[in-house]
Amino acid sequence: MASLVGSRVERKEDKRFLTGKGRYTSDINIANQTYAIFIRSPHARAKIKKIDTSKALKSSGVVDILTGEHIAQDKIGGLIAGWAIRSEDGSEMKCPANPPLAKDSVNFVGDPVAVVFAETLDEARAAAELVKVDYKVLKAVSNLGEAMNSEAIHDGIDKNLCYDWLLGDRQKVKEAFDKADKIIKLDINNNRLIPNAMEPRACVIDYNTASEEITCYTTSQNPHLSRLIMSAFGGVAPENKLRVVAPDVGGGFGSKINLYNEEIVCSWASKKIERPIKWVAERTESFLTDTHGRDHITHAELAVTNDGKFLGFKNETIANLGAYARVFGTVTPTYLFGPCATGVYIMPAAYSNVKAVYTNTAPVDAYRGAGRPEATYTIERIVDKAAMELGIDPIEIRMKNFPTEFPFKQTLVHQIDSGDYVAGLNKAKEMADYDGFAARKKESESKGKLRGIGVTSYFEACGIAPSPVVMMLGCGVGLWESAEVRFNPTGQVTVYTGSHSHGQSHQTTFAQIAADELGVPIENIDVVHGDTDKGTFGMGTYGSRSLTVGGIAIVNACKKIVNKGKKIAAKMLEASPDEVDFKNGEFVVAKSNKKKTIGEVAFASYLPGVRDEVKSPLPEGEEPGLIESSFFDPANFSFPAGSHICEVEIDPETGHVKLDKYTAVDDFGTIVNPLIVEGQVHGGLAQGIGQALYENAQYDDSGQLITASYMDYTMPRADDLPDFNLGFTCTKATTNPLGVKGCGEAGTIAATPTVMNAVINALDGKEISLPATAEKVWKACKEMKKSNAKAA
Amino acid sequence: MKTFNYHSAKDVKEASKLASSNSAFLAGGMTTIPSMKLGLASYKDIIDIKRIKKLSGIKVSGKTVTIGATTKHSEVASSKDVKKAIPSLAALAEGIGDPQVRNRGTIGGSIANNDPAADYPSACIALNATIHTNNRSIDAEKFFRGMFETCLKSTEVIESIEFSIPQKSSYQKLPNPASRYAIVGVYVAQHKTGINVGVTGAKSCVYNDKDLAGALTKNFSSSAIDSVKVSSSGMNSDIHASSDYRANMVKAFAKKAVDAC
Ligand SMILES: Cc1cc2nc3c(=O)[nH]c(=O)nc-3n(C[C@H](O)[C@H](O)[C@H](O)COP(=O)(O)OP(=O)(O)OC[C@H]3O[C@@H](n4cnc5c(N)ncnc54)[C@H](O)[C@@H]3O)c2cc1C
Repeated sequence: MASLVGSRVERKEDKRFLTGKGRYTSDINIANQTYAIFIRSPHARAKIKKIDTSKALKSSGVVDILTGEHIAQDKIGGLIAGWAIRSEDGSEMKCPANPPLAKDSVNFVGDPVAVVFAETLDEARAAAELVKVDYKVLKAVSNLGEAMNSEAIHDGIDKNLCYDWLLGDRQKVKEAFDKADKIIKLDINNNRLIPNAMEPRACVIDYNTASEEITCYTTSQNPHLSRLIMSAFGGVAPENKLRVVAPDVGGGFGSKINLYNEEIVCSWASKKIERPIKWVAERTESFLTDTHGRDHITHAELAVTNDGKFLGFKNETIANLGAYARVFGTVTPTYLFGPCATGVYIMPAAYSNVKAVYTNTAPVDAYRGAGRPEATYTIERIVDKAAMELGIDPIEIRMKNFPTEFPFKQTLVHQIDSGDYVAGLNKAKEMADYDGFAARKKESESKGKLRGIGVTSYFEACGIAPSPVVMMLGCGVGLWESAEVRFNPTGQVTVYTGSHSHGQSHQTTFAQIAADELGVPIENIDVVHGDTDKGTFGMGTYGSRSLTVGGIAIVNACKKIVNKGKKIAAKMLEASPDEVDFKNGEFVVAKSNKKKTIGEVAFASYLPGVRDEVKSPLPEGEEPGLIESSFFDPANFSFPAGSHICEVEIDPETGHVKLDKYTAVDDFGTIVNPLIVEGQVHGGLAQGIGQALYENAQYDDSGQLITASYMDYTMPRADDLPDFNLGFTCTKATTNPLGVKGCGEAGTIAATPTVMNAVINALDGKEISLPATAEKVWKACKEMKKSNAKAA
Repeated sequence: MKTFNYHSAKDVKEASKLASSNSAFLAGGMTTIPSMKLGLASYKDIIDIKRIKKLSGIKVSGKTVTIGATTKHSEVASSKDVKKAIPSLAALAEGIGDPQVRNRGTIGGSIANNDPAADYPSACIALNATIHTNNRSIDAEKFFRGMFETCLKSTEVIESIEFSIPQKSSYQKLPNPASRYAIVGVYVAQHKTGINVGVTGAKSCVYNDKDLAGALTKNFSSSAIDSVKVSSSGMNSDIHASSDYRANMVKAFAKKAVDAC
């Protein structure tokens, strides 16, 4: 049987998704359900003086209205930060309480204060309009740059500062800078993004009054973790009385990692009102209350020699946490960001200093790439600036500073097990026809257009591990993953994984690897995920961890199956277990050439005994059945890397940036399914390009989100993007048996700096902030024209 | 959405009779329905005019193209007659919103709504359109009054829009990257009787840029536009474009339009 790992197996998911047969949370309806509408703060910052629900309670169809007072009375806990980060001075980070319904104060537009349950959605909406909330409006802190000098939003959190974190050695950096020929300085932003999963958040809660069990269907990237938090911190119900199911989920990009207010409130309330509850976010609610991404202000400095060698690097960043610290909110701008800020380079000395601050805006958390896009943007922009100032070709300066030996100990944290950055960049250079750029630039110029080329080399650290290190860094949980593999008596296989697919195609990829391990046709393998009642506890999907952590747990569980199978087969084949080989789904004894298929062995394992034609004696001491589970905790992160090159053409009359060519060469180690991986790269690129050219979440001074709809928040569209020219190199990961590295976030990480480097290259090095909108580019073109005229 | 009475009018007379200051006609619903859903508008009566056959269709005579009020954008975009008589008008319709919007939205709804960033109003100005209603015919220059404001009475139904066929014309638009409405849209049309430059998106209401038209009358070339000063005063300013940028884009897109004529 040919190996399925490496082949373009069509997605098992396609039939259901492409024919509209997916089953999403909002497709679920429970008899007698009520509809929830949340009443949200219209103010960015205010004290709640009084909530009057009396009129609304009398409104038609209303079942109940609950507020923060009820939450407090029932001692329901709030939302939490998942990582405890310490400041440079050793002090603990400062986090405000974040009750599921605000009782005393609201801290961003959309912060929920009350909830209406009614017989119909329209009745719930009508009643919600009658709830009177009396606010004392306070001055909002909405500007990130000014947050530390503004009034404290939360009691006891001075300067709105959660922590002031340092990674690296300031003294060493100072010494390196003292030796430098030149210091390159750069002030940049990393624009705030709204994840915009296609499916809005939703939950459907079913409380069973007899068993006292709550079932929560929800749009989550990690149902097990949601259950844990809801139980251990929310106090909604013990874990055994709480089932969390995340069925088909239409995209998450990090925004569905968190457990949200609505899930806690509805789960708790369903028990209180003894009725099922359905809540589905409207798109405006998604804009306002899904966790946002990025939002940094950075000052960076790179110390270089005249011939382009890097000596040291400083990264001073202010990161926006929004109003509250959520699950990955505090780690995203620290351990996911800081270490990667030195990029793919040998950097003798470096530090990252991050001040994370609270503002009266939606909470900011992990968004595809989480920290690594911000880091890569910083280093790749400053490396380009260095190349420009030193008059060195952007590819040459990168090559000069690449490590060539692996494992490579990166400056700040990571021990990178494998990679070949030179090969990746060379391949990208060739595929992009880098040398032909000058001619294409001339051609553009003859049409009155500007042309720029941008290069980025990146590495990223994903599949966060191992758990002991993760916990030492401040994580509240370990980041292993679990799997269980079950043979049915008649030979089909069900694979349970603790990770969750919301677009990643686990049902296909995981079935491919199980098919290879077990020698069972892929059609006979089903992958089950997303239900705390099915399979083992798991940590979910984010940070490109599913295959490198969860997939390996499946491999290991399969190996256990084969081991047990060998013992059973040995007995059946009258040999000793070490005489049995397993290959292509068959247990073979070489000397007698007798064999049993794994299906026959599975059958035997369930029917231990000898009767008529059934002859399946279990070996002594073996339990019946063929079910094994495994928890995998890798020895390290995985470190995908690559080089991307793009070209833009700019119309100086309008500032319009046309993305003309995009080449991406990535090293994801072993690729299980190229079709799926290419899809992941395409999607990632679209989002990274979106950040560079279009997307920008903006709040006004009073803390109103002024980009709260698709009329104002620009998403990248298919016709904005060129055909992507994809290539791969391969150095296998040494930290897992498949040699795989994460691929989910790479496109997002590399695309933003690649596009911006190209735009700025076209503008002769003129800096512009993210995103490069037409007006900004047009202004830069005008200034360029002026200074060119002066020079002439 | 608040509850309302739904009526399906069988003819224009009935539609007009049912209308009041608290009603809306339902053509494509692409403006009315979202604003009702968002709670920005509410009406006592919604009067569906899509079943009135006479309101839909495209007719070309020697000098004019007449488009029924409920004719959809996609129908205008794909009409062979329009493409032949006024290709720029078909191209304009093709550039409105997205396929879903074009398959429902109508020309009558678009001009009745008079969104400052809508495309069709510029065509009405540039192509000397006459707006025929159930009781009068109105010149485009008089029809558009201000932001979301026209001279229509609440009981008045647009029946058709009659465009003069120009000698040459082009519509060039800088789309809002998010919504694809016009940040600036410039419709240049040369008629025997003179030149019009309909500008949308730039100000609170569509207008005929007389300075640009004047310069083009003297010399119909994009270089003639260079010397015209377009002031940013009175131009819209928002997160997508400042008034200064808009003023400059009026020139840039006027030039593109002239070059494409
Ligand atoms: C996502 C999106 C993108 C869009 N992008 C663009 C764009 O790029 N460019 C652009 O120009 N437009 C755009 N639009 C608007 C679109 O063109 C609509 O067609 C237009 O706004 C209204 O037309 P309608 O037929 O849908 O009118 P409706 O919504 O049905 O009605 C709108 C108003 O017009 C009145 N009305 C309708 N018909 C008549 C009539 N015959 N007589 C008198 N009054 C009438 C109604 O009373 C109502 O007040 C977009 C809309 C959406 C939703």
